[in-house]
Amino acid sequence: MIDYLDEPCLQKPLSQTLEQKASSLIDIRGLNKWYGQFHVLRDIDLQIHKGEKVVICGPSGSGKSTLIRCINCLEEHQQGSIVVDGTRLTNDLDNIETIRREVGMVFQQFNLFPHLTILENCTLAPIWVRKQAKKEAEKVAMEYLERVQIPDQAHKYPGQLSGGQQQRVAIARSLCMNPEVMLFDEPTSALDPEMIKEVLDVMIELAREGMTMLCVTHEMGFARTVADRVIFMDEGQIIEQAPPAEFFDNPRSERTRQFLGQVLNH
Amino acid sequence: MSDQMIPARKPPKQSVGLLVWSKNNLFASLPSTVATVLIVYGLYLLLPPVVQWGLLDATWWGSDGTACTTEGACWAFVTARLDQFIYGFYPQDHQWRANVFFFQLVLLIGWLTIKATPGKKWVLGYALLLMPLVSWWLLYGGLGLKIVATHQWGGLMLTLLLALCGMVASLPFGILLALGRRSNMPVIRALSTAYIEMWRGVPLITVLFMASVMLPLFVPEQVVFDKLLRALIGIVMFQAAYMAEVVRGGLQAIPKGQFEAFGSLGLSYWQGMVLIILPQAMKLVIPGVVNTFIALFKDTSLVLVIGLFDLLAIVQAGLNDPAWLGFAVEGYLFAGFVFWAFCYGMSKYSQRLEQQLHQGR
Repeated sequence: MIDYLDEPCLQKPLSQTLEQKASSLIDIRGLNKWYGQFHVLRDIDLQIHKGEKVVICGPSGSGKSTLIRCINCLEEHQQGSIVVDGTRLTNDLDNIETIRREVGMVFQQFNLFPHLTILENCTLAPIWVRKQAKKEAEKVAMEYLERVQIPDQAHKYPGQLSGGQQQRVAIARSLCMNPEVMLFDEPTSALDPEMIKEVLDVMIELAREGMTMLCVTHEMGFARTVADRVIFMDEGQIIEQAPPAEFFDNPRSERTRQFLGQVLNH
Repeated sequence: MSDQMIPARKPPKQSVGLLVWSKNNLFASLPSTVATVLIVYGLYLLLPPVVQWGLLDATWWGSDGTACTTEGACWAFVTARLDQFIYGFYPQDHQWRANVFFFQLVLLIGWLTIKATPGKKWVLGYALLLMPLVSWWLLYGGLGLKIVATHQWGGLMLTLLLALCGMVASLPFGILLALGRRSNMPVIRALSTAYIEMWRGVPLITVLFMASVMLPLFVPEQVVFDKLLRALIGIVMFQAAYMAEVVRGGLQAIPKGQFEAFGSLGLSYWQGMVLIILPQAMKLVIPGVVNTFIALFKDTSLVLVIGLFDLLAIVQAGLNDPAWLGFAVEGYLFAGFVFWAFCYGMSKYSQRLEQQLHQGR
């Protein structure tokens, strides 16, 4: 704790920011993170370009959720640098909030606000963070709710919706902030099988429209259809990354083959 | 396997007559029947004498104790002194000011509780920001009104005043303390924790004594704090510590995902707390908050120890009046009933509030 320089979140923003590749929307270099003594993320290097769709897969406990949660500082990392759209992630609250504004996040457990209606869930951040007028925010929210195909639920509360509907609202809520990139943290893992498709359909649609997406998921079919690149993580490291065709048909590492054997053949 | 789906049918009729209901609930088995009979017999023994004493044989009006009989209750003691019980030693020709205060209170509470009334936001704003000043001006005086010093205040008026100010001030203070105790900043957290643990560990009587006897010893002589104000500050400080722990319970019940959700949308700490976390947490702790409010309401009677005459104290004082000796039962029953009525009202209102705020989960 004494050695503050070891904590990148406490470093001053460096001019190095400018040197990093301008075309990378997300630029992660030398990222390391520990939970106590446990080394969760080990020397992660990852660049994601604008418009790219990246799927991260791997066994549970491999650090994939932790990695994407580091990108909007829901988790603090101890070493390395994360730059999102030219903003370096530091301990500076302003920077954290700037990044979070540009990065949409969809959670496994939806995390809708249960005391607000669907519409209010969607307009809250645009009104309070982007300072949009209420009318304008509601108009935009309704457009996104239409795109995820639940405009008729706008005045209900989250508790009255099914899991699949709630997750679609969660996606719409993030989109209302007009983010540069969307992070998905196992968006279909908490859903009944019947509802997985309706959420995946929305995500595929979103990918077609050119949204930059970083998605932790076990849906290999989705990865094959949508991803530009599939990343396989194990024990906190990136083991392999490749375009889906190559990744699924011709995995290079033994560990990847083993994992794919377990998820694909059942 | 059947080809046809079974259509939905209505549930069987559930309504039953009084006879069937009592057979099911009161006389279902031998022990149940015995219990029912015993309880009804007990009530038969108990209730008629109480009604006889309290209502039928009671004396309602009179100017001193001789008006009352020995058989029935002497409510004349209460009716004759009702003025004092309500206003304390507030001068008679200025009691209209207290009445305006009461009327304002009833109007506001009615406005805020009845669902259909418009402009709740403004009314609440008035109640929290302007009303304390207006009420102070009304009751204390100044700006054209004759000044009535606070040592003349008393009775139900004082009880309500202490309780209301205590509630209105201790809730926000308690919320801040609860947030402080959960803060990431170590200094704020330590200070909040120390505050809460210190005030919670001290009896209210001690706090009131400190406020009234010790505090003046520590401040310069020129600074004269009103005794009522000192007691009020003591009560607020004390109750805020309790309130903080109740609110903290609610904060801890909010899933971590809610904090992450508002954070990931770019909302700041305070925006998230005010818009997302506190509305949910406060809904969860309504029973606890009302519990604390009720305790606070009754604790106000402890101001007796520093020479302020709240409702209970003034009833007690009335018992020593030579013209009304020996009516302690009636006096305490009356005081108890008034306290109960207010507390029950709060409890009922909180139940309704919980229902209104319930959103399908």
